[in-house]
Amino acid sequence: MKEVAGKPAALTDKPFHYCPGCTHGIIHRLTAEVIDELGIREETIGIAPVGCSVLAYEYFDCDMHEASHGRAPAVATGVKRVHPDKVVFTYQGDGDLASIGTAEIVHAANRGENITTIFVNNAIYGMTGGQMAPTTLIDQKTKTSPAGRSRELTGSPLKISEMLSVLDGVTYLERVSVHDTKHIIKAKKAIKKAFEIQLAGKGFAMVEVLSTCPTNWGMTPIEAMKWLEENMIPIYKPGVLKDIEDGE
Amino acid sequence: MGEKVLMKGNEAIAEAAVKAGCRYFFGYPITPQNEIPAYLSWRLPEVGGVFLQAESEVAASNMVYGAAGAGARVLTSSSSPGISLKAEGISYIAGAELPAVIVNMMRGGPGLGGIQPAQSDYFQATKGMAHGDFHLLVLAPSSVQEAVDLTIDAFALADKYRNPVMLLADGMIGQMMEPVEFTREIDPETLPDKPWATNGAKGREKNIINSLALDPAELEKHNLKLKAKYDQMKEEEVRFASKGLDDAETVIVAYGTAARIAASAIELARQVGYKVGLIRPITLFPFPEEIINQTADKVANFLTIEMSTGQMIEDVRLAVNGKKPVHFYGRTGGMIPSPEEIFEQIKIIGGAKE
Ligand SMILES: Cc1ncc(C[n+]2csc(CCOP(=O)(O)OP(=O)(O)O)c2C)c(N)n1
Ligand code: SF4
Repeated sequence: MKEVAGKPAALTDKPFHYCPGCTHGIIHRLTAEVIDELGIREETIGIAPVGCSVLAYEYFDCDMHEASHGRAPAVATGVKRVHPDKVVFTYQGDGDLASIGTAEIVHAANRGENITTIFVNNAIYGMTGGQMAPTTLIDQKTKTSPAGRSRELTGSPLKISEMLSVLDGVTYLERVSVHDTKHIIKAKKAIKKAFEIQLAGKGFAMVEVLSTCPTNWGMTPIEAMKWLEENMIPIYKPGVLKDIEDGE
Repeated sequence: MGEKVLMKGNEAIAEAAVKAGCRYFFGYPITPQNEIPAYLSWRLPEVGGVFLQAESEVAASNMVYGAAGAGARVLTSSSSPGISLKAEGISYIAGAELPAVIVNMMRGGPGLGGIQPAQSDYFQATKGMAHGDFHLLVLAPSSVQEAVDLTIDAFALADKYRNPVMLLADGMIGQMMEPVEFTREIDPETLPDKPWATNGAKGREKNIINSLALDPAELEKHNLKLKAKYDQMKEEEVRFASKGLDDAETVIVAYGTAARIAASAIELARQVGYKVGLIRPITLFPFPEEIINQTADKVANFLTIEMSTGQMIEDVRLAVNGKKPVHFYGRTGGMIPSPEEIFEQIKIIGGAKE
């Protein structure tokens, strides 16, 4: 397998445009490493979202589609139904998957589409400048919740992975984080498993990855990692939410 | 093949898609087009294809975007309110230059409107489908046989231009039964390769299906490339039918169901000496401007008939370019004009005879 300066073959040479300390880059890399390790780069079709990772189609060195905001699971469905023998994955943010695209993810999961979804939850809308997302924590300050998110006004953080885990169509669903090395290693294992499930034709698999947005959280990269650990982990608890193979 | 069968418009369109080599359908139920998905739900699996009922029209049009990008001949169908929801996917399909066929069996609107036949989505189909600088190629059948033929042509045109093509009909065409003949059958295996499609980058550079261009200079270049396709359509794809233009004083311009009824009205009028002709646009985009403009030099006036409060009339007026008066008669909301009503209009315009 070709490896240029430690870069996975499934990533192009294009430099990431992500802000310093943004963990989108780590999650891209983990996904690409898994694609390399499974030897599926030439059989994989990825679906990029609308969000900060919209340019993922330039970074992954495999066939790619750019979907409209939230519809990646529908686009992936169209692709996978045409090419059931190929590997299809979506890469989506929390505004994309848990707000505008809730219907598409729920129904793709419920149909048991044999695809893999990498769901990047940074509790905010990064690309548009830091507005509140359904995943924003209570009291978290954003551009559109300047006094902090109020439960009375906007409800509670949406735990979409817990919701999806009750669907029969979901084979495997795990929540992981990338705020330290120990968690990064776990995250990669989960992503690999989510692809292996698709390769075995076993149905819908999703990994929720807790991620940082230092820019819109108004923090340094190090503060952001700490904030994730102290504030997001208690609400979005890492762990396996569904694993049919474990008899769950 | 080659033998006449009696079929309902919607089912005939569905079968025509199969005959065109289409093997993928994504849609969502809505009256008056439900026979299309119902038919394809058993017919596509029979030929090794996929029928999938989506969770919404938004999802359906984005599934079409995925399947078209993956290289398939793909169809979706809906009726007015559903087409509004499909607009998102259609804009992306046009932007990413993908071939796909969309059927709109129009019903009365706006809003939830009604379920009876209408032609009030002309603006939407030909001008304002969704955001951005793009056009659909729009085909308007006025019989079940023509719906079959245009459906098969639609897939070829979509491939030729890598552009979405809409079959714009109304509930009447979808619901009526007429004898049809299928004279063509395309094996999807024999269709030319689509080297741009996503099917795994095996031994080649990766392919990207995309409509994003953050650099305005790049997006302008892309939009001008799209415009060049629309200009080519105007050169090569204009279709219309005409009748009685040789001696006509008044020419009716009407499409689809309205054109059928207008043809009956013309017969009534000619029996008592009114010299009336018909121009029936078959492509609504590109619009048959030239024949209308040339006809304006020879006739006294035009009468546009639509099942709306007047949408296509704007294109007729542009084509006539002020040379002659353009009158209008329409019914809306699912009401259908009768030949007698149209005949009355002909009398008003043409003055008393004998
Ligand atoms: C239909 C539509 N609505 C709104 C937008 C604007 N928009 C672009 S990205 C985005 C939010 C993305 O947030 P998220 O999915 O959390 O991803 P992140 O940028 O945080 O990675 C929005 C609202 C759009 N592009 N399309
Ligand atoms: S705005 Fe936030 S999510 Fe987007 S690249 Fe910057 S840090 Fe990452």
